[in-house]
Amino acid sequence: MPGVFRFALNDLPPEAESLRAEVRDFLQKEFSGAAPARRARSWGGFDREFSRRVGARGWIGMTWPKKYGGHERSFLERYVVMEEMLAAGAPVSAHWVADRQSGPLLLRFGTEAQREKILPAIVRGELAFAIGMSEPDSGSDLASIRTRATRSDGGYLVNGTKVWTSNAHLSDYAISLFRTEVVPDKKHEGLTQFLVDLRNTKGITIRPIIDLAGKHHFNEVNFTDAFVPDDARVGNEGDGWKQVTTELGFERSGPERYLSSIALIRELVRETATHPDDRGAETIGRMVASLATLRQMSTSVAGMLQAGETVNLEAAAVKDVGTTFEQSIPELAHALLDLEPTLDTGSDLQQVLGYITQTAPSFSLRGGTREILRGIIARGLGLR
Amino acid sequence: MTELRSLLSDTVTRLFSDLATKELIEAAEKGTWPDKLWRALEEGGLTLPLVSDAAGGAGGTWLDAHVVIRASGRYTAPVPLAETIVAGWLLSRAGLDVPFGPLTLAPVHRDERLTLTASADGVKVSGRATRVPWARDAGHIVTVGELDGRPTAALIARGAGTVEEDRNLALEPRDTLVFRAAPTVAAAPADVPTDAIYVYGAMTRAAQMAGALEACLVQSVRYATERKQFGRPIGSFQAIQQNLAVLAGHVAAAGMAAECAFRAAERADARFEVAVAKVRAGEAAGIGAGIAHQTHGAIGFTYEHSLHFATRRLWSWRAEFGSESAWARELGYAVAARGADALWSDLTAR
Repeated sequence: MPGVFRFALNDLPPEAESLRAEVRDFLQKEFSGAAPARRARSWGGFDREFSRRVGARGWIGMTWPKKYGGHERSFLERYVVMEEMLAAGAPVSAHWVADRQSGPLLLRFGTEAQREKILPAIVRGELAFAIGMSEPDSGSDLASIRTRATRSDGGYLVNGTKVWTSNAHLSDYAISLFRTEVVPDKKHEGLTQFLVDLRNTKGITIRPIIDLAGKHHFNEVNFTDAFVPDDARVGNEGDGWKQVTTELGFERSGPERYLSSIALIRELVRETATHPDDRGAETIGRMVASLATLRQMSTSVAGMLQAGETVNLEAAAVKDVGTTFEQSIPELAHALLDLEPTLDTGSDLQQVLGYITQTAPSFSLRGGTREILRGIIARGLGLR
Repeated sequence: MTELRSLLSDTVTRLFSDLATKELIEAAEKGTWPDKLWRALEEGGLTLPLVSDAAGGAGGTWLDAHVVIRASGRYTAPVPLAETIVAGWLLSRAGLDVPFGPLTLAPVHRDERLTLTASADGVKVSGRATRVPWARDAGHIVTVGELDGRPTAALIARGAGTVEEDRNLALEPRDTLVFRAAPTVAAAPADVPTDAIYVYGAMTRAAQMAGALEACLVQSVRYATERKQFGRPIGSFQAIQQNLAVLAGHVAAAGMAAECAFRAAERADARFEVAVAKVRAGEAAGIGAGIAHQTHGAIGFTYEHSLHFATRRLWSWRAEFGSESAWARELGYAVAARGADALWSDLTAR
């Protein structure tokens, strides 16, 4: 008892707090003049030079073994780096996916050759990763994917299409889930993950999918007889589902699942502070109460990762509660202020509100929809 | 978990599951003081976790007290356990002896004060305090006032004042106390804020709400797996599953917020964390009680079913020692005064 979750209090150790000061100092130098509207983009921002500088500071692959270039630091130190980057709105996306899930996946399931070749370059901030999971007919029902990898001499020929592949046009690799075998009535079997070289594989076509705000992050990635060699397979044939579940656990466990609207919260506090009144104060107070609570829940998950525990259920809960919170912020702003959200004119607050308003629908879609996460929680409750 | 904390946790869980029965709670709602339960709590060493061993307590921390207070919410125990724990702590902060028997706290409202006055025959207390928990059943009342400009804790015998009986939605006693230059048993300066009762009272209500929400979740999940409609357990329907997942998220958030406040109380000024906890647990209380009732259908709306022991308490507790809107305003003004650029650094410093 009670309940299904194990959110134990977690204190960040002194070494993590001293690291925080270093990260803040670095970010202060990098972004002291950046406009709030730019900071609001946070992990939507892709900047290879920035990622190299982060790598040079030793803040990518922090928990990985030294033999692969890693720094063998704790998950809690890594957590502090992540939350500081997000709170500052740093453009982390050129290394975020690799650091968060692709690297850890290779570390756990990859071949020795893959680890030696890929991990040190990720650590240096030189390799950007995309995620090849969703397909036109397979979103939440991920196990229904149809992109086939069929045996060919020395490897596989891949045919099919991935969609919503963020930053595929800018990335070097995509860890991709393909069907290597069709097992009738058992869609979770016959799936296999591959380390796909997006730059040097013939038969791959990447087309932009423009989002509702007119921005290009998403792509459609088409494979037509694209040859993927044997040594690019990650894990055994048929182990893809088990691996991808683990990978999604990594994807869902971080502070990016409740901090997406931090730039808007900050601007709302700035606005309220100029002429504080009861309504403004109450709104800010409710936001901060949820923000502070989610941060403790999220650091608790980091503590569980450090202890080597499975966090899938708790990560799903933080993401569900966290994305609901992130999405509530533009609503609270509209309830409080007579203010039009804008694109690139108007005040900082208006522009940040404009950006967050248009991005907010994605918060509860990316990395597993709200409904899927609640299904995971319901399973944890013993309801399914 | 420390040895003391697991011991307290085991003891309180066993004791409540044995004694805080439906019959006992129903009798308490009709006005019967649950003497057997209270004596068992005292004999089990659960009423004074923050008082030193030498003074007859358990010599524990606020996180030890949290385990006990949260459990009292989970089992909806109709006794002033949280009040006695805070009162005992206040007395020991003032170096005063802690009497045996149930204690309560007054005043519980931010805008009410009991006035302490020094006189030749000791410190006297005057004033009116409304909605005082279990005043009629408590042997003594603890207040914090000012004497010579210093926060001062005073111990008052219940008989020193008049009691006007009232109750909250959960039929827990919430009485009005009136003192007219009444004698105190003892009074001494205490190293606590003048509104310590309001702050620590709010903290205990947050933990009790977290506990009662856990009870709502457990009962709702059990009901959803047992109750069948359309030929299958209602918990197999996605609509029910999604609602219960939302409830589970609020239970987790309320629990985390409450526990963080108790951790902060152990370290230093916990005012920020208490505000966070009272706001977050209060929000969870409204949503959580609603989902629990929706899941239970009409049977959960009857007096016969026990769900209301938790939900009626949630509805009252969220307003006691300051509503979530009152605490949110206080928190919001404090955050605004610090400024937007201090928000993140202040948050990570806690």
